[in-house]
Amino acid sequence: MFDFLCKVKEHPHVTDDYMLIQLHAGKLAEQARPGQFVHIRIPGLEKTSLRRPFSIYNSEDGILSILYKAVGRGTEVMQSLQPDSELQVIGPLGNGFPLDGSGEPLLVAGGYGVAPLYFLATRLNRKGVLLVGGRTAEDILAIDKFKELGWRVVVATNDGSMGEKGFVTVPLLRELESCKAAGKEVEMFSCGPDAMLKAVGEMAIKSNSKAWLSLDKHMVCGVGACLACVQKLHKPDGSTWIGRVCSDGPIFEAGEIVW
Amino acid sequence: MSEVDLSVNLGGIKMNNPVTVASGTFGYGREYADLVDITQLGAVTVKGIRLEPWGGNDLPRHVEVPGGMVNAIGLQGPGVDGFVNEYMPFLLEKGVPVIVNIWGTSLEEYAEVAARLSDVEGICGLELNISCPNVKEGGNAFGTDPKTVAKLVASVRAATKLPLMPKLAPNVSDIKPFVRAAQESGADAISLINTIPAMVIDIESRTPVLSNKVGGLSGSAIHPVAVKLVWEAAQAATVPILAMGGIVAAEQAIEFMIAGATSVAVGTANFIDPSTSIAVINGIQDYLERHEMKSATELTGSIILNK
Ligand SMILES: Cc1cc2nc3c(=O)[nH]c(=O)nc-3n(C[C@H](O)[C@H](O)[C@H](O)COP(=O)(O)OP(=O)(O)OC[C@H]3O[C@@H](n4cnc5c(N)ncnc54)[C@H](O)[C@@H]3O)c2cc1C
Ligand SMILES: Cc1cc2nc3c(=O)[nH]c(=O)nc-3n(C[C@H](O)[C@H](O)[C@H](O)COP(=O)(O)O)c2cc1C
Ligand code: FES
Repeated sequence: MFDFLCKVKEHPHVTDDYMLIQLHAGKLAEQARPGQFVHIRIPGLEKTSLRRPFSIYNSEDGILSILYKAVGRGTEVMQSLQPDSELQVIGPLGNGFPLDGSGEPLLVAGGYGVAPLYFLATRLNRKGVLLVGGRTAEDILAIDKFKELGWRVVVATNDGSMGEKGFVTVPLLRELESCKAAGKEVEMFSCGPDAMLKAVGEMAIKSNSKAWLSLDKHMVCGVGACLACVQKLHKPDGSTWIGRVCSDGPIFEAGEIVW
Repeated sequence: MSEVDLSVNLGGIKMNNPVTVASGTFGYGREYADLVDITQLGAVTVKGIRLEPWGGNDLPRHVEVPGGMVNAIGLQGPGVDGFVNEYMPFLLEKGVPVIVNIWGTSLEEYAEVAARLSDVEGICGLELNISCPNVKEGGNAFGTDPKTVAKLVASVRAATKLPLMPKLAPNVSDIKPFVRAAQESGADAISLINTIPAMVIDIESRTPVLSNKVGGLSGSAIHPVAVKLVWEAAQAATVPILAMGGIVAAEQAIEFMIAGATSVAVGTANFIDPSTSIAVINGIQDYLERHEMKSATELTGSIILNK
């Protein structure tokens, strides 16, 4: 974990809403693992503003990138950052996805949830399927990048403007069933809205497979010190405990989470 | 090397410099150990603990506001045994003085926590949290009446020889009776301020943002309030003061010391810039050199009222 002063390399729009910020992040980028995140102090906000957490979308040759959307004060100001401007970044933070599993990987993404899953796809030792959902075609990001890596991509949108119409859990169920019919084990990895994660988790538990879910909680410290981001979790012995999403997570196995 | 002596004695807590971190904003030290050389701190003050593990409040537990944040964590913690077994070994190995912030829901619980921590190697003092706005029982319930403060401090005093430092609530009409009650009952130092009771409402849904409905305001916004309270407390205090509230740089720490504080704690600023506490230590040293003072203690209470 470092608190690193990063310089912006490039900062293009990837869609009308989403921007990609690339940062010169040195050893922070080198140590980053899929599923981890960074905690950013946004220059331009008041100095007393809290940091904002963002998943690592990619890390290559010391360049760390983040795929994000403006949703409020901080991300709006962030959008105007120019190349060569500097920002303080703490990271890499959190536990990250396990990379040493087996079984057909099914990645299930909603919105910017595709970000950590892309980094995962670049580092997993096997290829599989990306299932990505959104409200409209505008919310479907980075699918060409997955295809370039040799992943199959299935899209679902609520309004049917891209891929099939409906929730992404519908094609997910289909994939699960076809894997089952073929006698293939699966391992799911998911990031997106809570309702989606919960549905993915339930399907995993029902089908006796593992699902690694990346939770999104509002954070203050990002390092496990303040207890603002907690989640109730099951222990193997059946009792429960209160974990910190920032430092015990953000990735938890579906069976651990007490919804 | 500079000749300036930064060391202070906070009611028996010997610190190499006047700077610690505020309880609840630095975990148990190790969470920040990759980012901050915690051995440089005058002391590490850990998150509040009670006898048994405690779960705290539901989410949301915090909200950002201009100049700071409002929190209602609700004193989640591992209890005495959890703290001693899981967290103390790391701090002991680092060799940094540890101040433990304690709370309970009865006088007996405070006393028992204090007794149980008394012989734990590495603990150099206890901060009694009698001012947390975020738990229904305990915390603030003990901090808003000087008679209760006196009783509480006396019963903890009887249970431990460790330096005792009650942490006073800011939301009282006059701080001085609380200072007197604490020191007359055996407190070795006074700490202030805790967060200021506060509330944020979401105007679209018309519901309180925090699940606990109310919380405590911390950060830059509360600094001038804290300076006034520290200055007033200093007028009644015969024991040293640990001051906190909105320190973001050395300037606010120096201001507290001029108002009468012996030591200072960096709180919310740790979340935004973890290097703040170290920058505060260096900034105090620079200030002392620039003003040709030989020791940090010279700064304490050096306020000039009639120019
Ligand atoms: C582990 C993690 C990874 C994330 N990865 C991404 C990503 O890759 N791309 C992306 O676009 N967004 C991501 N987010 C969400 C991102 O943190 C928020 O969009 C951002 O904090 C909003 O800040 P704001 O000032 O624009 O919004 P405001 O609503 O003005 O923020 C007010 C406060 O609420 C917090 N907040 C608001 N929305 C969220 C949210 N959804 N999650 C956490 N905190 C929030 C802010 O941090 C801030 O403290 C991630 C969140 C987490 C917890
Ligand atoms: C998230 C958070 C948790 C806190 N937890 C505690 C606690 O456990 N015990 C305590 O006495 N004070 C607690 N405090 C209060 C701080 O120690 C400090 O008194 C207060 O935040 C004012 O300082 P600041 O403005 O520098 O943050 C907490 C404050 C914050 C922001
Ligand atoms: S954000 Fe502070 S503990 Fe997770």
